[in-house]
Amino acid sequence: MSMERSEIAFEINGATVSVSVPPVRRLSQVLRDELRLTGTKVGCDAGDCGACTVLVDGNPVCACLVPAASVTGASVTTVEGLGNGRLSALQASFLEHGAAQCGICTPGLLVAATALLERNPTPSETETQDALGGVLCRCTGYRKIVDAVMQASRHMNGVDLRLPQVGRAVGASPIRLDGVPKVTGGEKFGGDSFPADALSVLVVRSPHYHAGFSLGDLEAWTEAHPGIAGVFTAADIPGKNCFGVIGPFADQPALAEGFVRLRGEAVALVAGEREAILDLDLTDFPITWTELPHVLQPREAKAEGAALIHSHRPANLLTSGYVERGDPEGALAGAAVTASGSIETSFVEHAYIEPEAGYAYMDGDTLVVVACTQAPYMDRDDTAKVLGLSVDKVRIVPTATGGGFGSKLDVSLQPLIGLVAMKTGRPAALAYTRNESMMSTTKRHPAEMKATIGTDAEGRVSGMIFEGDFNTGAYASWGPTVANRVPVHASGPYATPNYRATGYAIHTNGPIAGAFRGFGVPQATIMQETLYDELAGKLGIDRLDFRLKNCLRDGCETVTGQRLESGVGIGECLEQLQPHWARALAEAAAFNAIHGASKRGVGVASCWYGCGNTSLPNPSTIKVGISASGEVILHQGAVDIGQGSNTVISQICADALGLPLDKFRLKSADTAITPDAGKTSASRQTFVTGKAAEKAGRALREKVLRFANVSGEAMIALEGSSLSIREGDAARRIDLSELKADADGLVFVAEETYDPPTLPLDAKGQGKPYAVYGYGAQIAELEVDLKLGTVKLLKIIAAHDVGKAINPVLVEGQIEGGIAQGIGMALMEEYIPGRTENLHDYLIPTIGDVPPVEHILVEVPDPEGPFGAKGLGEHVLIPTAPAILNAIRHATGVLVTKVPATPSRILAAIREKEARR
Amino acid sequence: MVRFWEGSGRQSVIRYAKPTTVDEALALLGEDRWRILAGGTDFYPAQGAKPFRDNILDINGLAALRGVEETDEYWRIGARTTWTDVVRHPLPAAFDALKAAAREVGSVQIQNVASVAGNLCNASPAADGVPALLTLDADVELRSAKAVRHLPLGDFILGNRRTALQPGEMVTAIRVPRRSATGASAFVKLGARRYLVISIAMAAARLVVEDGVIADAAIAVGSCSAVARRLAGVEAALRDQPVAAALADAVLAAPIDELSPIADVRGSAEYRQDAAREIVVRAVRAAAGLGEGKVAA
Repeated sequence: MSMERSEIAFEINGATVSVSVPPVRRLSQVLRDELRLTGTKVGCDAGDCGACTVLVDGNPVCACLVPAASVTGASVTTVEGLGNGRLSALQASFLEHGAAQCGICTPGLLVAATALLERNPTPSETETQDALGGVLCRCTGYRKIVDAVMQASRHMNGVDLRLPQVGRAVGASPIRLDGVPKVTGGEKFGGDSFPADALSVLVVRSPHYHAGFSLGDLEAWTEAHPGIAGVFTAADIPGKNCFGVIGPFADQPALAEGFVRLRGEAVALVAGEREAILDLDLTDFPITWTELPHVLQPREAKAEGAALIHSHRPANLLTSGYVERGDPEGALAGAAVTASGSIETSFVEHAYIEPEAGYAYMDGDTLVVVACTQAPYMDRDDTAKVLGLSVDKVRIVPTATGGGFGSKLDVSLQPLIGLVAMKTGRPAALAYTRNESMMSTTKRHPAEMKATIGTDAEGRVSGMIFEGDFNTGAYASWGPTVANRVPVHASGPYATPNYRATGYAIHTNGPIAGAFRGFGVPQATIMQETLYDELAGKLGIDRLDFRLKNCLRDGCETVTGQRLESGVGIGECLEQLQPHWARALAEAAAFNAIHGASKRGVGVASCWYGCGNTSLPNPSTIKVGISASGEVILHQGAVDIGQGSNTVISQICADALGLPLDKFRLKSADTAITPDAGKTSASRQTFVTGKAAEKAGRALREKVLRFANVSGEAMIALEGSSLSIREGDAARRIDLSELKADADGLVFVAEETYDPPTLPLDAKGQGKPYAVYGYGAQIAELEVDLKLGTVKLLKIIAAHDVGKAINPVLVEGQIEGGIAQGIGMALMEEYIPGRTENLHDYLIPTIGDVPPVEHILVEVPDPEGPFGAKGLGEHVLIPTAPAILNAIRHATGVLVTKVPATPSRILAAIREKEARR
Repeated sequence: MVRFWEGSGRQSVIRYAKPTTVDEALALLGEDRWRILAGGTDFYPAQGAKPFRDNILDINGLAALRGVEETDEYWRIGARTTWTDVVRHPLPAAFDALKAAAREVGSVQIQNVASVAGNLCNASPAADGVPALLTLDADVELRSAKAVRHLPLGDFILGNRRTALQPGEMVTAIRVPRRSATGASAFVKLGARRYLVISIAMAAARLVVEDGVIADAAIAVGSCSAVARRLAGVEAALRDQPVAAALADAVLAAPIDELSPIADVRGSAEYRQDAAREIVVRAVRAAAGLGEGKVAA
């Protein structure tokens, strides 16, 4: 039952084209599917994200909302048309400012900004924000985008790649090595390279939180729908229909078997020709649902007699984590001052602008899955398990990944498209809609926490007790990691001699809560840091001084009894903030002296975060070689989801090897060609894979030097296909093309593995969970409208100890992006299943919601990290929300105990305080 | 000329038509059931990934329906006039609230294609354009092949997603009486983020000031009831008040019984009730030239 096609002729990037499509087909689909111009991205299909922004006759529009018929005779410009054979000034400016991270929103931003710059080459900050307010970015925090647009007119002469000299890569800020395709539209994300003959796949999902279901006559239904190649259900799964990121806790079916535990759970796959699937109405799909009672709140789920979501998990407790040190009750009983409180947080959606997408095909007897991901080897193992294949018969080819933030660690569509490819022998492609991405993939755990902290009369923290319930949803995912990480980190980076912290991961029929930038630590830090403000108030000590008095220093022991010999940078972070703190407090006081209807506040909070897995093996392997043609071939397996590992790992390797960055060619994290560098999570890539890259670079250098029979002092250089080696006055030249190359074309090759030295935690959580920690502290300055409860952020000052900033511009990008997510968590983000499953009801910060960010890079070298570097990807988000809540309390006198602190909640808290007077 | 495509699927036929004259469009509307496609900014999100099953009347070929014109009695906003068109068209100060609202509809990308009439036909309680048009005493022109009728805006939008549009009819224009296009106006939108945000509450105020005294006041609030409402009690309280700081007190003391806010993800009912009054104060102050432009996030 389709609509007839029409010939629609228009101009695209200066060329005349004609397509034959139904006249109401979305322009975004026409561009991507008919013209294969995949630079125009689809993030929501509803005008909520702006990723598909194109110009129609010079005006920016969302291509997802424009019927093909409307561009008849019009001139359409996409990102591919901005460059005119070379990068436009704006594209060059984006690269030089580091304004593109993952790159998925970049085309929309570039197109929208191009329209602005056409009429206003030197826009103000407000003009820039007004023009770009309709494009969401989840990685950058927008500040570098604003700068890049405002200063575009200065970048008329192409791009300066800022390639460092040999031996100077670490600490330099070359533009991202994978940057150019991100600004030209050439980058291929999960949905950008579907084979033309691929079957399209639709997933039938549960509309209920908890329900039984029975399937009707699938064969008859398939027969009745031409173009449908097949329907696949749990009965078709050849392997073990049970996956999960942590083996012992694996509990999730790829396709549900008879009943579902959450809304959005997959129950069947429909595969068919693309046009048939586009025209398929699933309302007559033969399935009968029987709704069952469900629980969405942990307090209901753990109540006595509550139905078990997994029969083998009593009280719906997935697992718990525990750390105990000293005598916490005794310490609190003897404390001069104590503060107690409780905090509640909400589900937070990752909201990467790229919904999950990929395709699968059979290459002989090997299943190949080409998709966006954060963890190719884990995808391989889980896909193989579900599909009954040996792991060497599954190949994962990661595409560029348009943001992940933790959710793309879990498999999503991989086993689904793999099943279709296996069963049909045809390539199978699937791009999740925004709605199904939000319904079916993981979230940040909502937490219900309570804690008490006590100090002595001088203000030294003597004890803390923390307990938190974390709503882990219907399946395990990374719930155990959250339950374990929280007790280890809930003290914050402060010496806490007597301590008990317990974290419970509790099942509900809510969305699956998994990994999200910080694994529960951002939630726990809100609890601890808001109590620290209360303690400082009771003690009459300045809030920053109170933190300085208690922060961990070299030689301190953590709450797990780990002695930190060196590299503890939290003290320096807080000290660096002192002048800003004094300035901000003075400015707020001056403002408040003359304003009544709105009040300013200043807040501070810290973070610490262990890099890598908690007390578990966590190796990365890096392979690097020199080719016969004189290039350095780096098998860079640390998936770059926008954070910059392609660049950072190369910088580390370049300096370890002693060859310049411009000789590096990267091989992707394809599991068939590149060793496992582990998952992109836990702020581990710069540290763990970076260390492996350092070791591999040094090993390769050693091989070359040994071959040339020179000492470690020698300089090496690549000149064409020869390698020159100099030591003192002696020089020699090796013709690489004459050496025997291996199957990969490499004449020298090294492969090294690094696994961080950790020790298990005992029954009381004592041990050495991490080899490296990173630290940071942030100040939030803001203004609260006392009559509306709205918050206007004025500035964030962020001091982060990264050990060594391998690439300072990328570090700044991480800081600004983490802060933006922290702002969202603090002020607006609240995922409610069944209610906010789109990007207009679920709010993430726009370009107008992130204030100026001042970054202070603190470099206290870590003895273990490569060149002293520590991780930072998650650290940067952790202090933001508690700093904002503390600033709101400073401004208003009230602590909002449930985040997000929406205007409604802030005003309610203010009114409640007024009523108490 | 009517350009016409008809698909002949197995079960039934979906029609698509893109007429170029209003009469052709009305003739088509008279002979079949159609879903009207204009700016597309509500049409496509409502469609989602579902296949098309309705006949679609694409009115984007109706050049006559786009633009703002001035007649002896009315300012006439053609049904296809976009929000960007409204912003760019020179209009009296009474339309400043409408222009401010226009800049808050979605994003620039949305404003470039979304039509004023579409905002009304979609009938969302949070439709950004409605409060300002209510303060302008706008009416809605509905045409069918047989008749033309005009409904006051408040009678056109009947409830959440419900309008008085009859089968065979389409909105062809929004009219603002010249006698109402007087005075100065302001709009305040309250949302939880800066851009691309559905209003928690919004207020439009139009004041006619003569010799420093408010001769006439039109005040409307959106997102605090199923349909945006004029606030008669506030309007009465403002009439004959001198333009001074005390205007705020008049608003704060005035009865507001038109609003029936609900609690949802954007805010509690109590919050909306409180905030609505506060943003009315601010819209009134801004319209009166007492400072305070855009205040909310």
